Amino acid sequence: MSSSKLLPGTYTATSVTAFLLQPGQVKTIRACPSTWINESVLSLEPGTVMEADVHNKSVPLENGSLAPIDRLRRERSDSPTPGLVEGTEPGAGQDSAMFVHAQSFEDLTADAEQGQEEEEEEEVREEEGGGDSERTPEIGEPKNEGGGSEETQGPCSKEEEEEEEEGGEAGKPIYSRYGTEEALSSTMGVMMALVSFVEAEKNIIRSIHAEGYKVVFLRKSPLVLVGVSRTRQSERELTRELLYIYYQIISLLTLTQLNHIFQHKQNYDLRRLLAGSEHLTDNLLRLLDQDPGLLLSAVTCLPLPSSSRDVISSSLQAARAKSLVFSILLAGSRLVTLVRKKDQFLHHMDLHLLFNLVGSSSAFREGEGWTPICLPKFNTAGFFHAHISYLEPASELCLILVSTDREDFFNLSDCKRRFLERLRRRSAYQALHEALQAPSYPVSQVGIPDLRHFVYKSKSSGLYTSPEIPVPYQSEEEQERLMGLYQYLHSRMHHPIRPLRSIYRCAEKENLLAWVTSGFELYLCFSPLGTKALAVSAINKLLKWIRKEEDRLFILSPQTY
Amino acid sequence: MAEKKVGSRREFLGKASALRVKMVILGSSGVGKSSLALRFSKDEFKNSSPTVGCAYLTQVVCLHDVTLRFEIWDTAGQEKYHSVTPLYYRGAHAALVVYDISKRESFVRAQLWLRELEKHYIPGETVVGLVGNKTDLPNIRQVSLQEGQSLAESKGLVFMETSAKSGEQTSELLLNIAHRVNQRTMDKDRDLTEWREAECVELYQGNRPHPLTACCPIGP
Repeated sequence: MSSSKLLPGTYTATSVTAFLLQPGQVKTIRACPSTWINESVLSLEPGTVMEADVHNKSVPLENGSLAPIDRLRRERSDSPTPGLVEGTEPGAGQDSAMFVHAQSFEDLTADAEQGQEEEEEEEVREEEGGGDSERTPEIGEPKNEGGGSEETQGPCSKEEEEEEEEGGEAGKPIYSRYGTEEALSSTMGVMMALVSFVEAEKNIIRSIHAEGYKVVFLRKSPLVLVGVSRTRQSERELTRELLYIYYQIISLLTLTQLNHIFQHKQNYDLRRLLAGSEHLTDNLLRLLDQDPGLLLSAVTCLPLPSSSRDVISSSLQAARAKSLVFSILLAGSRLVTLVRKKDQFLHHMDLHLLFNLVGSSSAFREGEGWTPICLPKFNTAGFFHAHISYLEPASELCLILVSTDREDFFNLSDCKRRFLERLRRRSAYQALHEALQAPSYPVSQVGIPDLRHFVYKSKSSGLYTSPEIPVPYQSEEEQERLMGLYQYLHSRMHHPIRPLRSIYRCAEKENLLAWVTSGFELYLCFSPLGTKALAVSAINKLLKWIRKEEDRLFILSPQTY
Repeated sequence: MAEKKVGSRREFLGKASALRVKMVILGSSGVGKSSLALRFSKDEFKNSSPTVGCAYLTQVVCLHDVTLRFEIWDTAGQEKYHSVTPLYYRGAHAALVVYDISKRESFVRAQLWLRELEKHYIPGETVVGLVGNKTDLPNIRQVSLQEGQSLAESKGLVFMETSAKSGEQTSELLLNIAHRVNQRTMDKDRDLTEWREAECVELYQGNRPHPLTACCPIGP
């Protein structure tokens, strides 16, 4: 591949390059600015683009998983054991789940692979990376799907560089994380040639492994996304990241509109429609490197006494409007509460897209935002309309009201006013402000000496908790390195052929332990001086602590309208 | 007759009340619409990321006989949102079409926006202003003052060059628009009823960041 420009060396340790291509030949466009404005900027009739409303009944909901899934509810145990049944683990909601029940990584990637399953997988393995530490352990690894556990000793080779590219159907670049699309157009051409060459044989190219690089392809017609990476992330992890980027684009345009555009104009330059939204994609890619929530398909909450949280939820619940489907109160990137319409579930991926939208735009601080947004896991065909505003100008508290009616701005604005009025009269508002002073907790609260950091996810509630990043990982590089380690553990635990229940790994600078049961996922990072026995005994202690604190750390009683 | 109505209505409303004025800001990406809106409402300047969808801000303008509460719809310039912008200029009392004096393309687009607006507003009812923004960048100016002026004159628009960054001419612009909107409502019988319909005084009294009683010309 003539991809010398792409190859790392110049990139930082966990950089991800992303490209996005679309059909049509690579060519330079925009010959005459005034004419292209004329033909398409203003000639878009109102409604052609954003007319599709979510309440359009004729539109079938994309995923059939909107209904809650009944699950076992047993008595909650005070000293939970790793054998806990799902729904009784610490952090499991008492009533119904808030999110669409997407508890596993497989749920996320399942639809990426729909339609590909019948096709034969084409994997081009040119050469396994020299000294690839990822492949060696497989030899001695138990093959059972159940209680397999693995121990790897020895220095964990330093995180390698990672990049990602994303590309599409016939080669017109849409987005690239590094470099300009134009500069990479020849690389994009190579990508497209590969994709179409393989497809000519009725196969689908999924990945290329060469010289320590993984090149992962995600084909979501009419787009092709390509990721190039040199980190430990597995192919599936990279695919998941690409899928996020894809959904990010869908959330701005809807799939219906995207298809419509390319049906009518094969070589349409999608960058025109995505102009001004690059920062959203950039920020999303950053989150993918840093936020365990996107890795675990889960959301974290602002620690808050449950009594205060309940008051806030009921205040939010009281300020309802007919068109309101979801009300979400955020503190930074943490969930304070979420109220949903009965029988409507929000997928955590959609929630992450909303978080990303709010987190990457400063504009909502100045006034009330009102924007069409597609929540692709809910329905790829239509737009919701989101009222986004901060409770107070300098506050971290951001309220997102998701409505189905694009003319309902003033109603929702009034909902916000009523919510705020009600909340201000209650002491919970004070408690909320106090909680904002300490949005996280130090790991020392848990009282396990060698424990540096952990991530615990309750599968049934789709919520996770994690202490603040401790001292050795506070720099951005170190934080991403820690995330990289978790990513590695995660990909081992969720390996498509040989999933693991637990893994203990002594790395150069830390010891790692991961434990997955039907109820939870737990990833721990210990100081390198700890032992395996201590690490294993820490699990029970930690679970007890989480059980004790679950009222504060999780949302146990979600509200509906 | 009409004048009488206006007078009595306004007396009735008293000083503490305000009439709602819907104003929409249009123009291509990056010309400074959000910065202008922020100047209008808070008299601040911040570097902002591209607007997502639309932002809603308010500002109260007191003229000598009436208080106007400007409800400013700051639209996104990006193409993907253009299909929803008619939502915002529909029924607007005022529309500002903004271009960047340092980018000719934005001036070309402003003309397209004007053409688009003409399809939707009834002449004489909506006050349309043409705004050349970023006068703080005189060195890279691509659109001359005269060009803007003559375009505005040919269409009978309010014209002004501003700098949202330095605040130059922004309050003058809002005041100018306010006077014209006020004039129109005085003149037009038809407008008056629409105004009444749109009034929603009780809703906003007492619980807004800008107290309606604080009668300052412009800015906080």
